[in-house]
Amino acid sequence: MSLLEIQDLHVWFDLEHGGELHAVQGVSLSVDPGERLGLVGESGCGKTTTALAAMGLLPPNASAAGRIMLDGEDILAGGEETIRPHRWVDLAIVFQGAMNALNPVRTVGSQIVEAIELHGRAKGPAARTQTGELLESVGIPAKRAERFPHELSGGMRQRAAIAMALSCNPKVLIADEPTTALDVMVQAQILELLDALCRDFGLALILVTHDLPVVAQLCDLGAVMYAGEIVERATVDALYHSPGHPYTRLLFAATPDLGSNGEVVSIPGAPPRLDLELRGCPFQPRCDRAFGPCTTIHPGLKTIGAGHAAACHLNDLPAIAAP
Amino acid sequence: MSVAVREPGAVIESEPIRSRRGIVWETIRRRPSAAIGSAILLVIVLGALLAPWLAPYDLHKQVGPVFGHPSWSHPLGLDDGGIDMVTLLMWGARVSLVVGFAATFVSMVIGGTIGVAAGYFGGKTDTTLMRITDYFLVIPDVPLMIVVAAIWGPSLFHIIIVIGILLWTSTARVIRAQVKSVRERVYVKRARSLGASHTRIVFRHVLPQVAPLLIANTVLTIAVAIFDETALAFLGLGDPSRISLGKMIENAFQRAAISTGAWWAIVPPGLLVAVIILSCSLVGGALEDALNPRLRVAHLSARSFRLRPLVGRGREAV
Amino acid sequence: MSSNGDKPLLEVDGLVVRYPVTRGLVGAMTRQPKRSVHAVEGVTLTLQGGELLALVGESGCGKTTTAQAVLRLVDSESGSIRFEGRDITRLGTRELRPLRRQMQLVYQDPYESLDPRLRVRATVEEPLLIHGLGGSKTERAERVRQALIKAELSPPELFLDRYPHELSGGQRQRVAIAAGLVLDPRLLVADEPVSMLDVSVRAGVLGLLDGLRREGLGVLMITHDLSTAARFADRIAVMYLGRIVEEGPAREIVDNPQHPYTRALLSVVPRRDPRDRLRPQILRGETPDAVHIPPGCRFHPRCPIAIEDCKRIDPKLEPPAAGRTPTHRAACIRV
Repeated sequence: MSLLEIQDLHVWFDLEHGGELHAVQGVSLSVDPGERLGLVGESGCGKTTTALAAMGLLPPNASAAGRIMLDGEDILAGGEETIRPHRWVDLAIVFQGAMNALNPVRTVGSQIVEAIELHGRAKGPAARTQTGELLESVGIPAKRAERFPHELSGGMRQRAAIAMALSCNPKVLIADEPTTALDVMVQAQILELLDALCRDFGLALILVTHDLPVVAQLCDLGAVMYAGEIVERATVDALYHSPGHPYTRLLFAATPDLGSNGEVVSIPGAPPRLDLELRGCPFQPRCDRAFGPCTTIHPGLKTIGAGHAAACHLNDLPAIAAP
Repeated sequence: MSVAVREPGAVIESEPIRSRRGIVWETIRRRPSAAIGSAILLVIVLGALLAPWLAPYDLHKQVGPVFGHPSWSHPLGLDDGGIDMVTLLMWGARVSLVVGFAATFVSMVIGGTIGVAAGYFGGKTDTTLMRITDYFLVIPDVPLMIVVAAIWGPSLFHIIIVIGILLWTSTARVIRAQVKSVRERVYVKRARSLGASHTRIVFRHVLPQVAPLLIANTVLTIAVAIFDETALAFLGLGDPSRISLGKMIENAFQRAAISTGAWWAIVPPGLLVAVIILSCSLVGGALEDALNPRLRVAHLSARSFRLRPLVGRGREAV
Repeated sequence: MSSNGDKPLLEVDGLVVRYPVTRGLVGAMTRQPKRSVHAVEGVTLTLQGGELLALVGESGCGKTTTAQAVLRLVDSESGSIRFEGRDITRLGTRELRPLRRQMQLVYQDPYESLDPRLRVRATVEEPLLIHGLGGSKTERAERVRQALIKAELSPPELFLDRYPHELSGGQRQRVAIAAGLVLDPRLLVADEPVSMLDVSVRAGVLGLLDGLRREGLGVLMITHDLSTAARFADRIAVMYLGRIVEEGPAREIVDNPQHPYTRALLSVVPRRDPRDRLRPQILRGETPDAVHIPPGCRFHPRCPIAIEDCKRIDPKLEPPAAGRTPTHRAACIRV
């Protein structure tokens, strides 16, 4: 039984003029302590919504279904009531753009102290000591706690945001595009930090991003999302070397790489609208290997190997459907 | 520096109505407050406009005793001169509305021009213009109006000018802020880099973005202008040759309508002014709401997301 | 639109751009020394027609400012900019106007660079109207159509009447490119043209730029993404704190980097193959702000191979010892 297991999660958003957007359609994934899972997809695929749902931070116009099992207990079952005790204490999130969301009129240190005190972990001097230790563990010299966010560089602010998320010693950290707004050198520093946190403290990490190479370098497992669904889930090695879904393969092919000078492709078309019921495979209109059943039968996520699942009819073909 | 990939949402088409044409019309259609306000205003404006043809009695002819009671033939009674109140209301509203609209027009032209100039050119122009705006803001309205009325003489024209001069400041500020932000939009910078002239940019790119806000602001200014005129007239500074709603209230007040118990001489005009102002506020407020996304506070709602029972789509291998 | 023989399309020599840092009232009263942001500190580069030069670097390195200076959108303090042999550094607005047709800029944000109230047709037509080109309405409409086709928005009829919000990010960026192409420019400056687009559409837009380059357009592409630069650029110039620290053919820079900064940068760019384990050379700290430039070599405080001399000597761009082509140059005294 995993530390965190999301089972068959669905999220709908009420639309302004009536109707619903089915943003997350039956997503299941899990992480164990020390594991890093990369949740990959392009804009609108539902990865951020999934992350927010796991934290119970969906807006009032959203409705959700499914199970979020934390240490065997379904924390989604009672909505806000059951999730709140675990928020920040067991599950924490670094939001997209968190480095720009720090309170500008309070010092960095005081914001972390506040988080610690609010969750009853420590008070006063003890909280301040913990804050200092926390900042050191993310690579910020403790004396910088007296600084205001605007006095810190982008990389430092991101570390501060990570420190805040870790202030209550959570078991699972969800990081939504933690390095997207950062320079490549600072990105490397942050990724190194996340790597160390997982290794040394057994933190489970769910990295939500559109950046495949980042996932390839930092994560062990990857889940590729498209149109609200997980279309493939495997080790990152398998995702690159033996992808079971054309979207995974094409997404890698669309990413330029320093290592190779091969053709970089683009995928024609656009993702489907999620406010309409879909028939068949959501990727079919853009797929280069679509055939018969793809237009009418929705491919479910099926195991195609050890720890490898993909949602594609091609995997059912007896002959070698080589990617 | 790399920037986050924007997540416009899976449905590209569903952008807020801000980018579509006719946001004013859309707002009126969609929001009950705006619809009600517009409807009321329409009725009042039509009534005032058509006063010469619709008014039941002659404006200057006495048809009964002073402060005659309301009756079937005179639903709102008679005023201190024995003239039918309903007739007076229609003509009075006419004057009040004319002053309101005209003064607002003056203030809109001045305020809009100054706001656009300050916001667009920035720098010294901005500082100078805003300094001027500040001076006007500081001037106390009523004393100025008294002085002007004393020096210039209280004619309708002068009243309109005075009110207009006092009201443009808020318009200028609001427009300036909006222009400043629009000016920083990438497509405006692009037009500049293409070599477009200032005129072109202002008229083609800036004003269309600013227009809806200008309309909202104008509607709200009308409310204030009418209030100001009413107040002025009530203080006896209005044009003595014209009957406005404020003048009606002043007349009734002067002729001791209250102690006589002739509520119908005071209350209806006051109520009508209030209704006009309220309607303008409803429409203007709804427009402002629709235009300013930051006024939306849905995310601060205490309500949480809702749960649904699990849909049985079949277990997947985890 | 063929390339002009051997004459470079664009020649920048010793460009310096500085912004004053406002001191504020307190600063002025306490007589703090006036400081400036040294955005660009002596950049020299050339661009031929039919060539794609990628200006690469992290935030604050001056790449965007260089592009803006080249287009005369900001004024430079010293140095020269020559466009097709003509010195445009100090030209006034009136003289620049005809030149603006030849140099176009494509912005980073496809969601913001189009006026939401104008249809595609109007957006692409506007440059023609501004410059008084294209004679009659029909002629202009034809030029608009051609520009859309060139930007790979075919058939153009499908897009002419759309509003920006009805288009995807990639399509909007193509419209922006079409609006740039409608004037038949010789130089296109693209500032992070794909960084805000989804990965699956980037190659399409970059391929478009590549195709335009092959037709003779000179393209100056600003990017922070080394992988993109490696794949699509002919030449790469790496900038750090306002200077070019290394430049040369793209493939050469990526396969045989000489400057320690370039090496460090390349070493930390994530690869898509998980088996491609990096040996990242992560530099400590972050790029210092451009107000306080270190003396000597500006990179020496973070340089892994810095020696004493590096604190005194400001290196020039010269071919390194281990360089494989004469056009490969690096600014480091140790290579």
